[in-house]
Amino acid sequence: MSKIHIPTPLRQYVGKQASVEVNGATVGEAMNALVAQHPELKKHLYTEEGKLRAFVNLYLNDEDIRYLQKEATALNDSDSISIVPSIAGGAESALNTATTEHCWRRFSACCRSLRG
Amino acid sequence: MATITTEIPVTLNKEEILRYSRHLIMPEVGMEGQQKLKAARVLCIGTGGLGSPLALYLAAAGVGTLGLVDFDVVDFTNLQRQIIHSTADVGRKKLDSAADKLKGINPFVNLRLFDTMLNSSNALEMFREFDVIADGTDNFPTRYLVNDACVLTGKPNVYGSIFRFEGQASVFATKDGPCYRCLYPEPPPPGLVPSCAEGGVLGILPGLVGVMQATEVVKLILGIGDPLIGRLLLIDALGMKFRELKLRKNPDCPVCGTHPTVTKLIDYNEFCGIRGEEKAVSNGVPEIPVEELKRRLDAKEDVFVLDVREPHEYQICNLGGYLIPLNDLPKRVSELDSSREIVVHCKMGGRSAKAVAFLQQSGFKKVHNLTGGITAWSERVDPKVPKY
Repeated sequence: MSKIHIPTPLRQYVGKQASVEVNGATVGEAMNALVAQHPELKKHLYTEEGKLRAFVNLYLNDEDIRYLQKEATALNDSDSISIVPSIAGGAESALNTATTEHCWRRFSACCRSLRG
Repeated sequence: MATITTEIPVTLNKEEILRYSRHLIMPEVGMEGQQKLKAARVLCIGTGGLGSPLALYLAAAGVGTLGLVDFDVVDFTNLQRQIIHSTADVGRKKLDSAADKLKGINPFVNLRLFDTMLNSSNALEMFREFDVIADGTDNFPTRYLVNDACVLTGKPNVYGSIFRFEGQASVFATKDGPCYRCLYPEPPPPGLVPSCAEGGVLGILPGLVGVMQATEVVKLILGIGDPLIGRLLLIDALGMKFRELKLRKNPDCPVCGTHPTVTKLIDYNEFCGIRGEEKAVSNGVPEIPVEELKRRLDAKEDVFVLDVREPHEYQICNLGGYLIPLNDLPKRVSELDSSREIVVHCKMGGRSAKAVAFLQQSGFKKVHNLTGGITAWSERVDPKVPKY
């Protein structure tokens, strides 16, 4: 079993727990187990296409999974996963707002056009 | 050990030596360290929840030049956490209120006051005057602006942020360390009211995080200890737990990577999608002012008032509306009659605008957002309704 640390803005979707224990051989499997157990969590962490939202980072213990094997990173017992969203001070967290996919797509297009 | 270099030689007079005696008698600081503090120039962006303890402690510590950036005015609701301001300051410019308290603590501090909103046209020039930047702001566009300006001017960004009971702290934008964009390349999509007071925050939390930022600033100036470079400190105030995650410099980072594509400051509101969202609100969501709702209710027209706030808010004050908290609306939409005129309200108009958009998508045609929410009702229709 691995532990997933749940950040404050998301605890309301997991029965107020600060961490959840799940089974999974990889980070991806553990996260799937988490959203299967707590379906309301899914839209706050993942897009409709099933990708992790860009303002959320996942850590295996203290390492960012982007620098490991991403969602294929293997999990051992006693490993823990941290979900780390961006927060900005007194502003309302994005994770707490019921964001419509329409707004998200327009925003993503704006980001892509700025990067390109 | 990271340090900033300040070339200006400074001396301490007898009064300063007495004032800072508790620093001077520690080998880790000593005369040399205190002189470094006096020579240092630190810019505090924001004199609010984070900025208050940050600026107070830096002044006490003897930082020679403190810059303050804030265009805001002290509001009654600030006093729960912005401890540099007092009740008598409500209505005053935050900059003036802060300057008075800082001078009161330490008249030797040289204050540089910037009565302006930090933006892409003034940030670079402003940052060049200072050695360290401490980010005490409360919205995403400014955080990205501060980060990019720090990288472009080569100044470390001492970062702190909070939400309700949780905080983060780190030091970004040092030469070999990561920047904010290495951690979060893209900002989250904006709420329809970007820095709304609806989230709430435990007043003590910015105190905790702001002092951590002050600690990191002092460590950078003195060149002692292990600063939070490449480290993200996560603070869980309710559990009083502190965890640390490793941050890496991203070689592909558009700002601080090996081939940067961001070489000047951009429009950060557009980057965070905020202008786009404002258009969505005014084009897509029908609204009525509070006076119009009052007129309809007084004329006994058939209006169904839907309140999408939380139960604890309803207990503070309400308009007698039917309560369905916003997050429950998708599940409970069948409780609403789409043939009736529905006016949706929340505290200030943000959440209710989202509710109206959702109801429209669900096929409701006779639905309006109450502009300004119950706060506007209290201000313009019935002052007996408390504001919170």
